[in-house]
Amino acid sequence: MVSLTKRYRFSASHRLHNEVLSAEENSRVFGKCNSPYGHGHNYSVEVTVRGPVDAATGMVMDLGLLDQAVEQEVLERFGHTYLNLDVPNFKGKVPTTENLCVEIYDLLRRKLEGTKGSADLEKVRLEETNSNSFEYSGRDSAAAMREKE
Amino acid sequence: MTGEGLRTENRMIYLTRRAEFSASHYYHNPDFSPEENQRIFGKCANPHGHGHNYTVEVTVAGEVDETTGMVLDLKDLKAVLETEVMQRMDHKFLNKEVPVFATTIPTTENIAVEIWNLLAAKLPSGRLHRIRLYETDDLFVDYYGD
Repeated sequence: MVSLTKRYRFSASHRLHNEVLSAEENSRVFGKCNSPYGHGHNYSVEVTVRGPVDAATGMVMDLGLLDQAVEQEVLERFGHTYLNLDVPNFKGKVPTTENLCVEIYDLLRRKLEGTKGSADLEKVRLEETNSNSFEYSGRDSAAAMREKE
Repeated sequence: MTGEGLRTENRMIYLTRRAEFSASHYYHNPDFSPEENQRIFGKCANPHGHGHNYTVEVTVAGEVDETTGMVLDLKDLKAVLETEVMQRMDHKFLNKEVPVFATTIPTTENIAVEIWNLLAAKLPSGRLHRIRLYETDDLFVDYYGD
């Protein structure tokens, strides 16, 4: 089994704000990220798929299929948008990079499962800046804690 | 020196060494028709090959030796990498000059598996944990030997 990772980039803006919290609480919890007009990032997303190497092609999967899936599900949907208002996925949900990472994982998982010739999605790693990154492998937290024990 | 304060036994450390090599390759399966090769491999099917600067990260897992404080001697790891990987692959046309790739397509996946095969038995100590091979900054594969 080999894992293959490809990096893609997109830019978007967001505002961290939760309507159920008061203005003071929002400001306290989210700090600068609560600034009312939003702010942007250059996101870098690393998509990892895993599978056996096909004996005839020497590949885990056709990179063209992966490019197509990421293009459709991630780059077109989120690229150059204001995540809070332009993307229905974040209606009623704070577009933190954690939530965006999980959303990208779910979208790609569904897409790749329906793509003939695709390897399995293993992990999505999303960088918000050079210093902050988030990873999601689709595991529920209870199972992850048990594995650690 | 016994290291009264710091206990390191039973703690697994993962040590990674990075090396770079440049090589060329092309993708072609003689069992496919020219049209199939072109459709599946696209630009990578050009028979004269094209090149990459590969970066390989070799990760070795092991416990810290109590007397040296090391998982393994980095000089030894460097020497094994040099003999097994660099001398074989650096500045080579992989399809033509590395015998295993005469019959195996030198995709990044297969190169990573081959590097694993070359290194796994040659490590002076520790256990090979992962080979990560970057073909470009934006594309890499991981192989854990399974």
